[in-house]
Order: sequence, then C-alpha cells, then structure tokens
Amino acid sequence: MDIDLITNILYAMVRTGTPLLIVALGELICEKSGVLNLGQEGMMLMGAVVGFIVTLSTGSLTLGFLAAILAGILMSLIFGVITMELSANQVATGLALTIFGTGLSAFIGTNYVGKPITGLEPIDIPVLTDLPIIGRMLFGQDLLVYLSLALFGGVYWFINHSRPGLILKAVGENPHSANAIGLPVFKVRYLAILFGGAMAGLAGSYLSLAYTPLWMENMSAGRGWIALALVVFASWKAERVLLGAWLFGLASILHLVFQGMGFSVSPNLLATLPYLATIAVLVILSSNQNSRLVAPISLGKPFYAKT
Amino acid sequence: MIKLEPRGERSRLMSWLSPILAALLTMLTGLVLFTLLGVDPWQALTTILYKPIADTYGLAELAVKATPILLCAIGLSVVFKAQIWNIGAEGQLLMGGLFGSYMALQFLDNDSGYVLPMVLLAGVAGGLFWAGIAAILKVQFNTNEILTTIMMNYIALNILLWAVHGPLKDPEGFNFPESAMFSQSAILPVLIDDTRVHFGLALALLAVVAIWVLMSRSFVGFQIRVLGLDRSAARLSGFREKRLIYFALLLSGGLAGLAGVGEVAGPIGQLIPSISPGYGYAAIIVAFLGRLHPLGIVLATLLMALLYMGGEMAQIELGLPLALTSLFQGLLLFYLLACDVLIGFRLRLTTSKPATAPAAAVATDTAVIEARG
Repeated sequence: MDIDLITNILYAMVRTGTPLLIVALGELICEKSGVLNLGQEGMMLMGAVVGFIVTLSTGSLTLGFLAAILAGILMSLIFGVITMELSANQVATGLALTIFGTGLSAFIGTNYVGKPITGLEPIDIPVLTDLPIIGRMLFGQDLLVYLSLALFGGVYWFINHSRPGLILKAVGENPHSANAIGLPVFKVRYLAILFGGAMAGLAGSYLSLAYTPLWMENMSAGRGWIALALVVFASWKAERVLLGAWLFGLASILHLVFQGMGFSVSPNLLATLPYLATIAVLVILSSNQNSRLVAPISLGKPFYAKT
Repeated sequence: MIKLEPRGERSRLMSWLSPILAALLTMLTGLVLFTLLGVDPWQALTTILYKPIADTYGLAELAVKATPILLCAIGLSVVFKAQIWNIGAEGQLLMGGLFGSYMALQFLDNDSGYVLPMVLLAGVAGGLFWAGIAAILKVQFNTNEILTTIMMNYIALNILLWAVHGPLKDPEGFNFPESAMFSQSAILPVLIDDTRVHFGLALALLAVVAIWVLMSRSFVGFQIRVLGLDRSAARLSGFREKRLIYFALLLSGGLAGLAGVGEVAGPIGQLIPSISPGYGYAAIIVAFLGRLHPLGIVLATLLMALLYMGGEMAQIELGLPLALTSLFQGLLLFYLLACDVLIGFRLRLTTSKPATAPAAAVATDTAVIEARG
C-alpha cells in the first residue's frame, strides 16, 4: 500500500466514524440515565431529512444542522412522553420510534430524493493538511468532525468530572435512591433523552449535509443500531466510544482498503462488514460475564415513583 | 387535570380495546394530515381503506399481501411470548426467499412433483439457519438478540443483493439483477381461479391454528408463557430455558423463511432484489397489535395488508408518497403503546395536585408493577 492510500483511508475512517461518534455519545448519556432508547435510527433519519430540506430551501448549512438537532429533539420528546409519562416499555417504544422515523422521513423526503446541494466542505490548512499519513485525517476534515471531537471532550468531562454528571450516573444506577435524596429523576432522564435526540439529529444531518451529501430513503443504513452496539462495546465509557466509532468507521470503508490492495470482492458482500463487526464485538463482550456489570444498573427499567 | 390512577389489576377489556383505539387515533391523525396536505380527507380515507378491497380481485390481493405478514407475525407471537425480541423476521424472510430461489433454480427444466416441496423446505431451512445463528448467539454467548437480529437483517439483505447481482442472476436476463423465472413445478398452486391467492395462504392459516393449539393446549406452550412471565420461575420449575429459546426462535425463523419462499415461489415467481417491502418489520407491529393472540394477529394482519394496498392506491390515485404506509405503521405502534397505559391505569380527573408523599409513591410503585405485570 502506498502512502497516499493510507492517508486517504485514515481520513475516510475518521469521516465515516464521525456520525457514529455523535449518535453514540448521545446514546451514552441517555443510557447513563438508565434509559435505553432504541429509536436512534429513526431520529437520525429525521435529522438527515429535515437538515437536508432546510438547507436546500434556505441555502444555509448552519440552519440545516440546527433544524436537524431540533427534529431529533422533537422525536426524542415523543419517546420521553410515552416511556416516562405513560411508563410504556422502552424497548417497544424505541422500536416504534425507529419505524415511525423511517416512515416519516421517507414521507416528507419523497420530493427531495437525489436533489443536489453543496455539502459541508473539508477545511484546508496550508502545510498541516499536506502532512503525509495524518495530515488529512487530523487537519483536513470538515468543521463537524472537529465539533464531534469537542462534543466528545465535553461528554467525557461531563461524565467523569462534573457534578451534574454524577447526578446523571446516580439516576441511572439507582433511581429510587436518587429520588429519595431529592434528585429530580424525571428531569434528569428527560434531559438525557433530549440530548440523545439532539445528537442523533445532528448525526443524521452529517450524513445528508456533509458525508454524502444528498437525501435518500433509509440513508443511515443501520448506523443508529450500530451506535447502540458501540455503547456496549465501549462498556459505557466515553473514551472507548471514540475508539469504537473510528474502528467501525474503518470497518465501513474496508472496501477502499481491499480495492487498494487489488482484491476484487462484491461490494454487497463488503457492505456486510460493519454489521458482522458489530455482531463479533457483541459476542466478545457479552460472553465475558464481567462486562455486563458495567452497564447502568437500572438501564431499560421504567421508574414509577411519581406522584 | 387528568391523572393516571393504577387499576390494581390488568384490564382485559382495555387490552383488547387499546388496539382499536390506536387504529382510530391513527385514522384521525391521517384525516388531519390529509387536510394539511390539501387532500380531501374523506376521499383519502376511502382510497386507502375501502377502494383496495372494493371488489373481489381486491379482496384476493388482500389475502396475497396478508400471507407473508401472517406467517411472520404468528411466529413472532411465540418468541415475543417468551420475551425474546426477535426483530429479525425480515432477514429470516429474505434468507427463506434466497434459499428457496436457489433450490428452484436447480430445477428449471424439471416438472416433477417433488420440486415444490424441496423449494419450500429450502425456504424454511433458510429461515431456520438465520434464526438459528441468532439463537446460538443468544444462548451460547449471551448477546442481545435485538441488536444481533437487526444486524442480521442488514447482512441478509446484502447477501440477497449479492446473489441476485451475481451467482443467481439470469444469464439470459440482459444483465438485470433478477434470477430466471422459476419453472411451473416450483410455483405454489393458485387456490382460487383468476386470482393470485396461492397455497401459501393455506399454510399460513394452518400455522395460525397449529400455534394456537401449541400455545394454549400444549406443555411447551405453557413453558414458553412461563418463561416470558418469570425467568426464575421457569428455571426453578426445571424448564430447560435454553431449549425453549432455541425452539421459539427457530419456530419463528422457520415461519418467516416460509413467508419468504412463499413470495418468490408465489406471486413473484423469481428472485428479485426487493422481495419484501418490510413485511418482517410490519409483522412486529402486527404481533403487538394482535396482542400476541392468533385471532388478534389475523385481524391485525388484515389491517396491515390493507395499509400496504391503501398506500399503493393513494400513490396512484392521489399522488401521495408510498411511504405513507410505513408512516401509518409507526403511528399505529406509537398510539398502541400510549393506549396500553390504560390496561394498567384508569384516567381520573382531579381538581388539585396531590401533595408529594414518599409512602404514597412507594405504594403506587408496587401497585404499578403488579398492574403492569
């Protein structure tokens, strides 16, 4: 393999891993509060389509990203109301959110399929971007990649070093104790759910406004689900979410590697790699008995102590 | 304001009224949506819910559409009873279609009577194979079946696309991603003349009856229900949990595989890239909507099949996007989950906000847990 190829692979790895990183960070916060939201895929798709439509009609990428975040928040609000106010099963509600988001995004996006827009362009820093191997990976990405790193830093600090982060974890580990000492369990969980929605919306719009950039039905192609597996892979630790997202990014662009090495494999078979990698990761982590102990203890269990 | 008050026990009546309420709310939302879109809501409603089945041909097509959904959903009712979340009916259906197609393509010039049974068995084997992997992953490696079955849906779709673009592509098909047409001996016989209603419907109805008997009259069915209600009770009673998980997952996988082969060897007649518009996912909604009960599932299947036909009809006649169907599917499930709160709670109008009392909170807590089972 030549240097150019490695440079490009590293660049594409980070770029492909970015939406996974963003959505997984949101889900991480959500799960830390004890809420399992399986609706990531649906929220991502809504973010993708809303971001795309807004950018296409206003010409502003910023407005597109903001609208996508709002769309994700609104979607997660539906999830929040049904699981928290009506104490519905989180698994079923998350699935419903994905089915609904898939349908609604396809519905409102019908007339926008294949329309061209100018997506978010990578930045180019003289000298640094041209460095061999790591130049494009670290200094030639678009702004959202850097934003995702900032988000990662923020989430890492929040969970590990901040007082609200401690409250979040307390609520996720034992909501009854948290409630007993006067922590606002419902409020914390709502905020965590909404943050998850915002991140999923943003991640979706990264796909439609920067990565591809266009709108296609079902364009997230399971990334929302992979992000859920990523959080398991990361043992609910922020730093491992970053590592995992980039590794999955690499698994998704392995066809570039194969092509570069001169193999010819069916693109459809190569497309199964990220999903196979997800299953492999789940198998390795789940068969280890200790790994399940790190999940937030109340994950997926509804909290009822509300008067 | 309106307050939720625990009933103390689950309301059987509400458990059956909730799906009906959900369907009505979905319809109501549809009316609002159509008005907003500038479509005459009444016309839209009749186009979706009545026009597709206004004649006998339409009714027959309803049965054709219902067949794969019913097969998938009745299988899912068994796994869901055991509280195993097989979201992979879609992938198992695709694998059934793929395996069945492979077998059918081996007998292109053969009109013997054994061809069709071989094709059907291959389809079932495809579903069993795909669900079997998920079962092994769950039982032996403790992986979350929701994530593995979802991943396997994507993998199955890509394998099918690979096959139809590669090894199973018709060499004389002008490079279209389609297999050769199956020989007549591999095609399911038509049950009613001049329609597309095929033998798969009979198999689906047979499966419904068989699973009804299995779940309500057999010891295995009893064990599966206990497993779903209380894992530790099942274990303490000496039930073989692993075997039950294998059984439930394989049963649902085999039926989904049959649904898949029923499509390629039924109305389609060859392998194409899109053998299912998401029947496997729709079946999840059907299973919930039908309360995991055979009779409920048959009714919910008919509604779902009608939604598919109504979506197509609305696209042709009113120019609405085809995604209308999946939008309504999602809405339906949302409303169902929301209405299900009424199974464990009743609505009560209160004039003032009650004071917060920890004791009351704990009491409510236990009541809720009992009420919601």
